[in-house]
Amino acid sequence: MSPLVGVLALQGDFAAHTAILEALGAEVREIRVPGDLTGIDGLVIPGGESTTMTLGVEREGLGDPLRSFAKEGKPLLGTCAGMIMVDRDHLAIMDIRAARNAFGRQVNSFEQDLDFDGIQGGPLRAVFIRAPWIAEHGPAVEILAEVDGHAVAAREANVLVVSFHPEISGEPRVHELFLEMITAHAS
Amino acid sequence: MRDQATFRVKAGLAEMLKGGVIMDVVTPEEAQIAEAAGACAVMALERVPSDIRRDGGVARMSDPEMIRAIQETVTIPVMAKARIGHFAEAQVLEALEVDYIDESEVLTPADEANHIDKWAYKIPFVCGATNLGEALRRVGEGAAMIRSKGEAGTGDIVEAVRHMRMINSEIRSLHGMDEAQLATAAKNLQAPLDLVRGVAKDGRLPVVLFCAGGIATPADASLMMQLGAEGVFVGSGIFKSDDPERRGRAIVEATTHFRDAARVAAASEGIGAAMASLEASKLAPSELLAQRGW
Repeated sequence: MSPLVGVLALQGDFAAHTAILEALGAEVREIRVPGDLTGIDGLVIPGGESTTMTLGVEREGLGDPLRSFAKEGKPLLGTCAGMIMVDRDHLAIMDIRAARNAFGRQVNSFEQDLDFDGIQGGPLRAVFIRAPWIAEHGPAVEILAEVDGHAVAAREANVLVVSFHPEISGEPRVHELFLEMITAHAS
Repeated sequence: MRDQATFRVKAGLAEMLKGGVIMDVVTPEEAQIAEAAGACAVMALERVPSDIRRDGGVARMSDPEMIRAIQETVTIPVMAKARIGHFAEAQVLEALEVDYIDESEVLTPADEANHIDKWAYKIPFVCGATNLGEALRRVGEGAAMIRSKGEAGTGDIVEAVRHMRMINSEIRSLHGMDEAQLATAAKNLQAPLDLVRGVAKDGRLPVVLFCAGGIATPADASLMMQLGAEGVFVGSGIFKSDDPERRGRAIVEATTHFRDAARVAAASEGIGAAMASLEASKLAPSELLAQRGW
């Protein structure tokens, strides 16, 4: 049976995540209110504006439900703003501190090939847009990729974060890894 | 290898703005209010469109000092407007490292024949369009995001609806055409053939499509999102209303929950009076901003 994946749809590029997840065989539900979380097997927090999303999470009362969801051990993938949303200063789901817009304004946005621990088949094409990096992290956090010595991908138990946008470059392997985490958790 | 300013990187920022509200601001204080209300970006400009209409005169790019002050005040993306064809204003905005440049009909055009060659910039551009041909001409010139024009500064949604419906019905009309018909369609649309082929294949524009020009209420935002907009620009509609912060928040909420009428209703309660408005159909042809652009 295909997993049911929630994509937080308060603001941002949630449609791009939906497209790639559906192409990989998952069912997708857009998440806007706490009730939408019931019954999903994994959750994506997409790219977008973390300030806007933070206000949306407050307005909808999604903070505690999202934390409970992560505590249950269900897999969670955060890209770009999604990485910021799970850090110590925001939802505090993951033991990292993300530095916002760490690579600079849009003029400094870029794409490049990136080696990613645990993903086979050569480097990923990674698109970084006003991207954060991981400035600090706890001992349980495994760093999976770096740019110029800055951590841009990491995993802590059931939570996977990347500061780039596999959903924009059409790179399926990060979402495949996330779906494997969902399968592993279910079994 | 690291590649900057690729089209994917430029168009990618617009993807991140989707489902959000971009608010016109003229001061750092307004930018702060917009950010606190949930704007996904702010548009820095000299005067909001309704003031440009009222006061007349040449409307230009904003004062760089004001743009810098806004950049220092907020962490969300800062956009700014350049006049149509005024490539030197665009160069200045690039030097200021704004996140997006709007080559905008709201400002007084600087060139009555040519738009800016937007491929020449590292900063992405958003441009207005009233129909599919105009949208694809702008993309052909390098625009990485399109907004339907509407009629800025009126608070009248009718032109935004007209333009959004026009763009989407022209996209639908390309469906199923063969190569010969696509060539004719490209000629009739006055749009590049390769872009017309792409639209026919994908059933959508090659870039993100927002709406602009006349959005004044939460229900206006819901209407435009249901008609196919992927996000909303609000100009005079917020800071010319009674209570900008509450109205801003309400329009953000209605944009997220645009299909949920109960939420749009709840968001619309108790937000004070909307901006003073003008009926677009009563404007003289010379007052119509949407006609600027070629």
